Amino acid sequence: MADGTYETVIGLEVHAQLATRSKMFCGCPTTFGAPPNSQTCPICQGMPGVLPVINRTAVEYAVRTALAFGLRVNAACRFARKHYYYPDMPKNFQISQYEEPLAEEGALEIDGPDGARRIGIQRLHLEEDVGKLVHEGDFAAAQASLVDYNRSGMPLMETVSKPDIRSPEEAAAYLRAFRAVLLALGVCDGNMEEGSLRCDANVSLRPRGAAELGTKVEIKNLNSFRNVQRALEFEVKRQTAALDAGQRIAQETRLFDAERGVTASMRSKEYAHDYRYFPEPDLVPLKIDAGKVEQARAALPELPRARRQRFAAQYGLPAHDAGLLTQSQALTDYYESAVRAHANPRAIANWITTELLREVDADDEAAVKGARVRPEHLAGLVKLIDDGTISGKIAKDVLARMLASGEDAGTIVKREGLTQVADAGALEALVDQAIAANAKAVADFKAGKTAAAKALVGQVMKASSGKANPGMVDRLVQEKLAKL
Amino acid sequence: MQTIHELTAAFTKGESSPVAVAEEYFARIAALDATVGAYLTVTRDEALAAARASEGRYRAKQPRGPLDGAPIALKDVFATQGVRTTCGSKILERFIPPYDATMVARLKAAGAVLLGKTNMDEFAMGSSTEHSAFQLTRNPWDLARVPGGSSGGSAAAVAGGLAAGSFGTDTGGSVRQPAAFCGVVGFKPTYGRISRYGLIAFASSLDHVAPFALDIHDTALLLGATAGHDPLDATSVSEPVPDYVAALSGQVKGLRVGVPDEYFGEGLDPEIDRAVRAGIDTLRDLGAAVERVSLPTTKYGVATYYIVAPAEASSNLARYDGVKYGLRVQGKDLIDMVSRTRAAGFGAEVKRRIMLGTYALSTGYHEAYYGQAQKVRTLVRRDFEKAFARVDVLAAPTTPSVAFKHGEKADPLAMYMNDVYTIPASMTGLPAVSVPCGFNGAGLPIGLQLIGRPLDEPTLLRAAHAYEQATPWHTKRPRLG
Repeated sequence: MADGTYETVIGLEVHAQLATRSKMFCGCPTTFGAPPNSQTCPICQGMPGVLPVINRTAVEYAVRTALAFGLRVNAACRFARKHYYYPDMPKNFQISQYEEPLAEEGALEIDGPDGARRIGIQRLHLEEDVGKLVHEGDFAAAQASLVDYNRSGMPLMETVSKPDIRSPEEAAAYLRAFRAVLLALGVCDGNMEEGSLRCDANVSLRPRGAAELGTKVEIKNLNSFRNVQRALEFEVKRQTAALDAGQRIAQETRLFDAERGVTASMRSKEYAHDYRYFPEPDLVPLKIDAGKVEQARAALPELPRARRQRFAAQYGLPAHDAGLLTQSQALTDYYESAVRAHANPRAIANWITTELLREVDADDEAAVKGARVRPEHLAGLVKLIDDGTISGKIAKDVLARMLASGEDAGTIVKREGLTQVADAGALEALVDQAIAANAKAVADFKAGKTAAAKALVGQVMKASSGKANPGMVDRLVQEKLAKL
Repeated sequence: MQTIHELTAAFTKGESSPVAVAEEYFARIAALDATVGAYLTVTRDEALAAARASEGRYRAKQPRGPLDGAPIALKDVFATQGVRTTCGSKILERFIPPYDATMVARLKAAGAVLLGKTNMDEFAMGSSTEHSAFQLTRNPWDLARVPGGSSGGSAAAVAGGLAAGSFGTDTGGSVRQPAAFCGVVGFKPTYGRISRYGLIAFASSLDHVAPFALDIHDTALLLGATAGHDPLDATSVSEPVPDYVAALSGQVKGLRVGVPDEYFGEGLDPEIDRAVRAGIDTLRDLGAAVERVSLPTTKYGVATYYIVAPAEASSNLARYDGVKYGLRVQGKDLIDMVSRTRAAGFGAEVKRRIMLGTYALSTGYHEAYYGQAQKVRTLVRRDFEKAFARVDVLAAPTTPSVAFKHGEKADPLAMYMNDVYTIPASMTGLPAVSVPCGFNGAGLPIGLQLIGRPLDEPTLLRAAHAYEQATPWHTKRPRLG
């Protein structure tokens, strides 16, 4: 079937682990990677007799996030118990929010190829995470399952988008923009590998123009931007083929297998859990003070999209560069530090986007923060170009060395003697040699092929090992040729 | 048998010592508890160590307060660090908590000598203690009869002189009803007044920690030592704890006592009717103004309770799956293991309530049952608010009948109906006390129930105390052994 027969409809549920110091309902620490069950207490182990107490910081972070997405923060919300049996969940119910979430009705604006798109956000709520099952060797052969409750009770913020996303690329873009907001707010470390940000997707197809939604399939286990897009692309193809073949789509939950790049059925609707939600009787309704909400609103930092717009306006950057540079807090900070050190925003943006980001993943906060080339060093490099000390070509080599050694540009240029040759006398000799050695180019030039001069400039640059000042060489070549 | 305030006064004067008294209690337990069956676990070593420490403080003239050295028993529903806590269930038969309930920690801090853990209906579900997975508890007044429940062990321990005071939990009457059956005081404070942290949950919105005592003075001491805000319990009340002993003025002149019509109707044993009305007359004679009031929603109490309590229980008890602690019965896979564990670990009454509750919360029925029950709860609360606009306390029978015989109430519904007068105060979280108010012709104790306004424990204690001072009932003791 030709493209465009069906419209893709996607909604994303994002679970973000909040960067609080203690867990959602107890005082246990939240550091990642501790020995199994070393960060647990009777409460997050679900011992008989324990009670939950709400982590105020988690509530603050959720309010902050809700405001950033323009959600309405409810004056009162409630926690509810969600029941199902699984050994990674010590109480066999999860404390979550159901009918009365913390915040509702907002949106995230993303910039797509056809301009800005507004993706609605239905709700945002708080809940606790579950533990992890661990198996020795592979799952099938393991003698027993072991449970690690370190993650049990970690604070999670679930945000459910409306089915406003129209393509797998857009889903990935939404998730990127979402993550950027959380990072700007400082409420989540955004580390997808460690599971700090997890995503489930609901996807359905419908005949283009139809008002009714098709049968949706939920895909779980999407732990990177790339996998979100891959899984959805696979699923769209699968559903398209099924619909084209006249089949009906089964409402089910599917799991993405990142290795094979396919989704596989996990459970169908008939086996869907009855979660038996009811208000958590161990917690009183959570009242959120309107004054505190306003304080939080006033204290919101600049958000990525606003920052992107500011970058374009203030630094005169093309949209693409502005987008790239505001993708993470670390990169934004990097760029602005560099621009503060040397006021050539466009050149610095170029060097970051075309050179630095080849070495460093723009999404990886830690990598950007820890890049061997410090922002002031990159600024120093651009400054050396701007004041004519080195050529752009040499600068690329210098940057490679900076990345390897962590030294600043000036030190490398001085030690390696990479300063541009701008001595007219020395350059004249090289120009003369080039003219003498390239009779054909000279003849071409005389015959009116002005481009032949470029070949001569190239020869001079080569002879100087790239250190000659290209502007001066160009001028000298033109002068000499004119005199011939 | 001495009260706690008599015992600790004697400790202060040096007339007796915590260790000697603890030894006396252990001697009585050794001699009599095979008959009564109040205790599931006796913590002799820990108790004697605590008694010795207490004795040292008295010798140094630095006792911690009026509970220092007091021999107290705990229902086996409270988590005690290092001491087996079974909740009367096979599923927790070998469970040793790694932490103390807040009320246990507070009792320890007050210097109490904790004698052991008492028998109860499994997970506090029952009104006779017959649903214990381990043993029968006998009413010290008539060994053929139940002590009431679910806190039957704690009530029988105090009535039988096997502890000077004790704690139970009251979810639908589980302290007041056994107090009435055993002829002792049982006081359920306002919901949230005593922390529930470490109380193994049956129905979270209904569970109350509640003491048993020989008299109201002791009751005030036990409340005072355990009440107060707990940062570990989000439902605990933050208001400061008043001096409960100071409230015992003996004065009820001008106190307005309401007598709810609905508590004196069909099904009430005529002997109880007479004893309770006589009790109310005593209050009138002491200067209280008595008037009739109406609590029309009383008749919905039991039905509502048996939606809310099982619903919450089905959730609270989901954690017992053999994975982490307690009983595990191996199975061929995970689901099989969980099913076998729960099938073997829970008794019939617990299973019945888990099924009731699971049903009440399932999709499609949730609103009709749980949602509706919560609305009725609001109506019951309004009834009480209306009544308390006119009166200060309500006076009524605690139970419709006296202690029944073991095995007499085999029909679950008949058993449930025994809680008809205690359930409303549980559902509304109002403070309520059962005080001894006489005996029937067969010599079985009868309880007078007083219900108060939220957090108005002082008025309840004052009324109960004045009544007690004017009557001999609280001084009567069963003849055991």
